[in-house]
Amino acid sequence: MKNEESKSQTMDKRTFEKIKVLDFTWAGVGPFSVNFLAYFGATVIKIENMSRPDVTRTNPPFKDGIPDLGHSLYFSYSHPVKKYDITLNLNHPKGVDLVKKLVLQADVFAESFLPGTMEKWGLGYEDLRRIKPNIIMFRTCSHGQTGSMAKHPGLGFTLTSLAGFNTVMGWPDRPPSELLGAYTDLVAPLFGGLCIIAALDYRRRTGKGQCLDFSQHEAAIQFLAPLVLDCAVNGREPNRGGNHCTHAAPHGGYRCQGDDRWCAISVFTDDEWRAFCKVTGHPEWTNDRRFGTLLSRKRNEEELDRLVEEWTRERSPEEVANLLQAVGVPAGVVSNAKDQREDPQLKHYRFFRELDHPSMGKLGFYHPPGFKLSGVAPEVSAPPVLGQDNEYVCTQILGLSDEEFVELIQDGVFS
Amino acid sequence: MNHETMLACYRALDLTDEKGFLCGKVLADLGADVIKIERPGGDPARSVGPFYHDIPDPERSLNWFAFNANKRGITLDIEKADGKHMFSKLVETADFLIESFSPGHMDELGIGYAVLSRINPKLIMISITPFGQEGPYRDWKGSDIVVWALSGMMYVSGEPDRPPLSPSFPHSYFFGAMQGAVGAMVALCHRHMTGCGQHVDASAQMSLAWVTQPEFQGIWDIEKKIVKRSGRLRVRPGTGVRMPIVWQCKDGDVSLILSLGSGVAAANRALVEWVKGEGDNCDILDQIDWWTFSWEDVTQELADQIIEIFSRFFLSHTQAELFEGAVKRGIQLSPSLSPKGLLEFAQLTERGYWVEVEHPELGTTITYPGAFVRPTETVCGIRRRAPLVGEHNEEIYKQELGFSAEEMLMLKQAKVI
Repeated sequence: MKNEESKSQTMDKRTFEKIKVLDFTWAGVGPFSVNFLAYFGATVIKIENMSRPDVTRTNPPFKDGIPDLGHSLYFSYSHPVKKYDITLNLNHPKGVDLVKKLVLQADVFAESFLPGTMEKWGLGYEDLRRIKPNIIMFRTCSHGQTGSMAKHPGLGFTLTSLAGFNTVMGWPDRPPSELLGAYTDLVAPLFGGLCIIAALDYRRRTGKGQCLDFSQHEAAIQFLAPLVLDCAVNGREPNRGGNHCTHAAPHGGYRCQGDDRWCAISVFTDDEWRAFCKVTGHPEWTNDRRFGTLLSRKRNEEELDRLVEEWTRERSPEEVANLLQAVGVPAGVVSNAKDQREDPQLKHYRFFRELDHPSMGKLGFYHPPGFKLSGVAPEVSAPPVLGQDNEYVCTQILGLSDEEFVELIQDGVFS
Repeated sequence: MNHETMLACYRALDLTDEKGFLCGKVLADLGADVIKIERPGGDPARSVGPFYHDIPDPERSLNWFAFNANKRGITLDIEKADGKHMFSKLVETADFLIESFSPGHMDELGIGYAVLSRINPKLIMISITPFGQEGPYRDWKGSDIVVWALSGMMYVSGEPDRPPLSPSFPHSYFFGAMQGAVGAMVALCHRHMTGCGQHVDASAQMSLAWVTQPEFQGIWDIEKKIVKRSGRLRVRPGTGVRMPIVWQCKDGDVSLILSLGSGVAAANRALVEWVKGEGDNCDILDQIDWWTFSWEDVTQELADQIIEIFSRFFLSHTQAELFEGAVKRGIQLSPSLSPKGLLEFAQLTERGYWVEVEHPELGTTITYPGAFVRPTETVCGIRRRAPLVGEHNEEIYKQELGFSAEEMLMLKQAKVI
């Protein structure tokens, strides 16, 4: 701990260095939202419970197949940042007391329980306000704090189809397909992080805190807004068009040389089409009545796709992408996990970073946010171990004596 | 009723095309004064459908409506000398500038970040591009499907017997636009400490690579194994057991991911009782002690039997029946909704999520998704429809920048505005 402190003193100013966050969130959306503060220097105290740790700690995949709390890749993925980690038993009055003491110092209080849970512990928004009038409380759950479904539990896995994303994934002749994992868990926190930081800025100017009722469903639907408008005014339901696009051809993923290797290609403009024909050795296609215009290409798309694939399947996806990009045609390897890790662009940004984890050793998927700032760098870190900072938070942040801390241990406040 | 917003004191200039609209839109939803700058005659993205009553017209693009609501709109040719000068004037008082040109384009025009930050050192410039401002792909062309492919998402989307799949409603860029918006807010807070703005470089590829999660990236890390697309079946990491998340029912799809453990044991038991109560044979499920049952106990053979029982049960019920029964029993089952289903979804209606926005020119109101957050002290959400072409030219150029009516006429004829 001492080393880290002296290191941070010599570093440049951290954006949120004066901001303290009490983070009761778990699973995907809450932690991902709070991470934006943690990347840029906020003091985040993650509060877990020994009998109910963050659910992602119990989710596979596990390193070396060891299904314990210290081996979940998901937890590492949702916490690639520095957070202090304490375990508190909130059914013990002294546990709740500790939280209230921390609230006095906190700027943001984040939670992702089902509505009503914090109130049961006497830690609802009104309770927090009495302790710290300008606190910002970020409350996130699937459906929001109000409404008849407020207390219905949800997961990103199912929220994805509830938000409408499945209706735009699939082939016209088959039922809707799936999106990888808990997709909306990666959409909603972008809105969540945004409004927490906006609320901090608002408080800086006005002195006012507030409670942010953040429904993950309502945030995720924002991405599909034009489809909602289309249905509302035109009565249209979205089509599943496979990889085709209404105003581009060729447009899709084309088979290349190798086992299950593909390249994505899209041709929107006449210039792109001319360049495409030239580079594929078919300059005659620009005058072909089947393919000369976008309209004709759309009419003969099946045949076109087949001919395009005749060219791509003789080449590696890298070669196809490089040849096409060199003449200004949008194309890119359909990256698998290996390609992704070796992608020169992601490497340039050091998107994947190898860090040492106390129980899992080196893992290479720790990451910064999806943006790079010219004036301040994010701090990427391996995740905290369950309860690793019980002593630090009590004695250094709350200023309790060693005796008081030991007494709390004996009272079972951390178990 | 409180009408205060969180970001009302800030102004953003928005030069983006459809790749970056969402960034300015969410700042505007939180109250920022976002001025969409279009080229004279209107932004090319006004030709992106769908359209109001399916009539393609620059003032009827629903895509434009959806992602430019709350913004004001002016026309300006930033490639002309007068246009550049006027743009520089606007930059003097702006907090944010959002753009999505190819990297280097603004520099070539002589209005890159280096120049603009001398005009206004507090300016925060947000660039939203397929691959970022640097690196080997900097000058690559990135359509939405290409970004989807290079992020890794495409490889694991779709059916095993078909090519990798991309969304029929392209939205790869939205991840970049949103990361750009968050980056803008971090830069804003940083500005309070240093007094200086900075350049936010948001990459759609990087933003979407993040979405591929440990099920894709982590398996590579620990097993050097490449995860493939598996259609409607989810391959459980570790044990490799395949089960659906989305299931067919009588009139559509519902989603249910089987979870195990004491936290969900009661809900699982309730589901079994429900199936049993309908007279379906589910002895295998009935014998399971859900409180101790774990994934180590689930072989593919058992999974297939569970799938068979659930599939039969779901197929004999409608979405509405299943959802109602699930809510009552605390089971995490949801209907798979289309936009129509969303518009009719009770919870969203009860919370007043949908907003009727007036479009006087069309003589109608249109239903929009409303606030993405409900703050107690401030409001978020849609206050006005997207701007018409050049709608706020007078307001901005005359009243704010002090151009005369004659000058406006001159600028219009010279196709500067």
